[in-house]
Amino acid sequence: MTALIEVTGLSKTFGGVHAVEALSFSVDAGQIYSVIGPNGAGKTTLFNLITGIYTPTQGEIKLNGEMVVGLEPNQLAERGMCRTFQQMQICMNMTALENVMLGRHLQLKSSFLTTMLRLPSLLKDEEDCRDHAVELMKFVGCGEYLETDASAMSYGALKRLEIARALASNPKVVLLDEPAAGLNGTETAALEELIKKIAAQGITVVLVEHDMKLVMGISDRLLVLNYGRKLAEGTPEEIRNNPDVIAAYLGG
Amino acid sequence: MFAEFIQYLFTGITIGATYALIALGFTLIYNSSHVINFAQGEFLMIGGMATVSFVGMGLPMPVSIVLAVLLAGVIGICLQRFAIAPAKKADVVTLIIITIGASIFIRGVAQLVWGKQYHVMKNFSTDKPIHAFGAVLNSQSFWVVGIGAILVVALVLFFSRTMTGKAILATSMNKDAARLVGIRTQMVLMLAFMLSALLGSIAGIIVAPITFTSYDIGIMLGLKGFVAAALGGLGSGVGAIVGGLLLGIVEAMTAGYISSDYKDAVAFSMILLVLFFMPRGLFGSRVVERV
Amino acid sequence: MLKNFLQMRLKGLVVLAVIVLLLPLFFNNPFHYDLATQIAIFAATVVGLNLLVGFAGQISLGHAGFFGVGAYFSAVMTGTYGWTPLPTMLVAAVVVALLAWLVGRPILKLKGHYLSMATLAMGFIIAIIINNEGWLTGGPDGMSVAPFSIFGWELSSFNQYSLFGIEFGGDVAWYFFAGFLLLVAVWIAENIIDSPIGRALRSVHGSEIAARVVGVDTSYYKSLVFVVSAVYASLMGSIYAHFSGFITPHLASFEQSIVLITMVVLGGMASTFGVILGAVVLKLLPQVLADFQELEMMMFGLILMLTMIFMPKGLFPTLQNKLAERKRKKSEEQA
Repeated sequence: MTALIEVTGLSKTFGGVHAVEALSFSVDAGQIYSVIGPNGAGKTTLFNLITGIYTPTQGEIKLNGEMVVGLEPNQLAERGMCRTFQQMQICMNMTALENVMLGRHLQLKSSFLTTMLRLPSLLKDEEDCRDHAVELMKFVGCGEYLETDASAMSYGALKRLEIARALASNPKVVLLDEPAAGLNGTETAALEELIKKIAAQGITVVLVEHDMKLVMGISDRLLVLNYGRKLAEGTPEEIRNNPDVIAAYLGG
Repeated sequence: MFAEFIQYLFTGITIGATYALIALGFTLIYNSSHVINFAQGEFLMIGGMATVSFVGMGLPMPVSIVLAVLLAGVIGICLQRFAIAPAKKADVVTLIIITIGASIFIRGVAQLVWGKQYHVMKNFSTDKPIHAFGAVLNSQSFWVVGIGAILVVALVLFFSRTMTGKAILATSMNKDAARLVGIRTQMVLMLAFMLSALLGSIAGIIVAPITFTSYDIGIMLGLKGFVAAALGGLGSGVGAIVGGLLLGIVEAMTAGYISSDYKDAVAFSMILLVLFFMPRGLFGSRVVERV
Repeated sequence: MLKNFLQMRLKGLVVLAVIVLLLPLFFNNPFHYDLATQIAIFAATVVGLNLLVGFAGQISLGHAGFFGVGAYFSAVMTGTYGWTPLPTMLVAAVVVALLAWLVGRPILKLKGHYLSMATLAMGFIIAIIINNEGWLTGGPDGMSVAPFSIFGWELSSFNQYSLFGIEFGGDVAWYFFAGFLLLVAVWIAENIIDSPIGRALRSVHGSEIAARVVGVDTSYYKSLVFVVSAVYASLMGSIYAHFSGFITPHLASFEQSIVLITMVVLGGMASTFGVILGAVVLKLLPQVLADFQELEMMMFGLILMLTMIFMPKGLFPTLQNKLAERKRKKSEEQA
């Protein structure tokens, strides 16, 4: 198996504070890979580095064998990487469906002139895009919100909507930043099913999550961070029995 | 040659000191409420015009100045209380339009009270020009620079030594945290507007003998103050002062050596260039995007 | 549902067309036509500006600069150099598009107040140049402009025309021409908004970071919409110059930029019909307030301030919400 994401010696400092330090790991294609660790361990920073929102102070990130450090998030999207956010980033000035249709942006190639004059080729594209988006909304369980304004949706529904938008870009890998945060038990169970369904389609999933039960249940591999460093990496079984991890989580 | 240069330099510093005071006013309000107050220039107009008319009523100069500054302060408080506070959740553009509406309103009232003509204020001290390094200097320039410097020192002391000053700083850094430790943030916002109005009106008064004053001088002076503040980096006190002086000097040099028709164009080109290369001005803080 | 939306879009356009057609029933002198033509031209301008401000959420305090460049380019080239109005207007638009692209790339990286500063500065520089280069532009005194012509057919307020045996003056012809342009402007703007490009623009406003992670090159789209809105302003500036026959640097001034953005914000950001209402209100208000003479300025400032404080979303969206609410209440009462 080839590594889809390969991180080597990655570091990020903010004014002297090491948020991520000398981190190396790799994610294989088709895996569900989770990043866990206590608050402030650098999980979200790591996501921001991988997805091009921050530039690393040091280190390499390869996507599909290509060096991607310094690329903009939109360039990474072109290479098949998409993500969601811990603090949801939804366009509240659009409908739910439009948010998902936005995710299809890279698939739509109408010229400005075609758009301006609303030529038939645009209408055809838009209809396909719309159908696809509707399908995805149903897939994540937002089917009843098609024409709802995003600003009128519940928190849990918005979380799923964000996943639908990420999937709309036809990604090879999606990074989900705390998708279960703030969800109740039923919603979390539905989310677990959803993540499994996504992985079953061959999309690699990288997760940052606090919910241990969720993470242990679905992950192929886990990375445990503590103070920006790698504490352990391995299968859920290995992690569960790792003395360092037990010490960090229970011994404080 | 040298005399000419000194002449322009001093003109630049004088007008630059005024810009710096206006820019400090912008900074105060920006820091406390993230509003760019397009009515800032009107405080200068009120300062100058009110002083002239109080003197005209026969009051002594110092009393007139104090009254004019107080008047501006009250208007500053009213602006915050009645125009900005009720719209606190509005968009940035909406707030800009509100302050522009306020400035048109204030200008409209001023025009009604004081008419459309220019008003002249006498120099604080002698009308005789002062000769130095071969240049001819207006005595009022010394007043402008001197009072400007005193105000800056006073502000520094206010923010570093007094509880009120520290409360304003705390509010500007984190409004919620400030509220949690018992700072009445609404009061602080009103205070910031008042201080900014005081600064503006004093600037308007000290510069009035040099530039004359009329109901509509506030627009351009206010914009120049905004340029100075952005040049230095919005929110930075040092930036406001450096930006103001820099702007004043560049303008004076352009007017002297190139063309007075294009002095404003040079000022605006300068801010464009600075922003091209330093998107947060000369002293603006870099912020990390948080997602 | 797509069909539904299409119908809604067309409905708005049809309503606007009917208004444009029926309005002359209430006009009884050339002044009314003149004012209505001006309103239509400015409305078309702010429909373009709204793409930038309302939909993409970027501030421009210098848009009158582009309007001014369009107006003066047409005035100078047709007047001094004898070019034909229609091609000149298009060349002006290309020039303005290039200018906006060049300036826009670096300044649209700026955020919030820095962007307002930069656009304000850009507008000022244009206005100062127009003011100072009197040999070309007539300076502060302004310059006269040749009448508009389309394929040799001259359109002037002073001419008389006849069509299908109906006699009408140039002011009427201008009114319908400007009304037609407004309809085209609205149609194109609505087409852009409801498209992948439009979603990309709106996402810049909604969440720039979300847009970027799904592959939207946000800086490209910001520049694009800046150029589009500048072209709208330039074309309408050219039209305005030919219509009024005489232009002054005031057209490009900061005050004028403020008027334009106020039309957008007052009428209702991100609402095409809202900003048209904004243009109507802002052009009519001075006419109404003129009766108050020296109180005019004060009243204008006060109205502007109060409207924005109490209707921060603008006139049109606020009215729309009120109507929707009333409708809902009524249906609840019936049920």
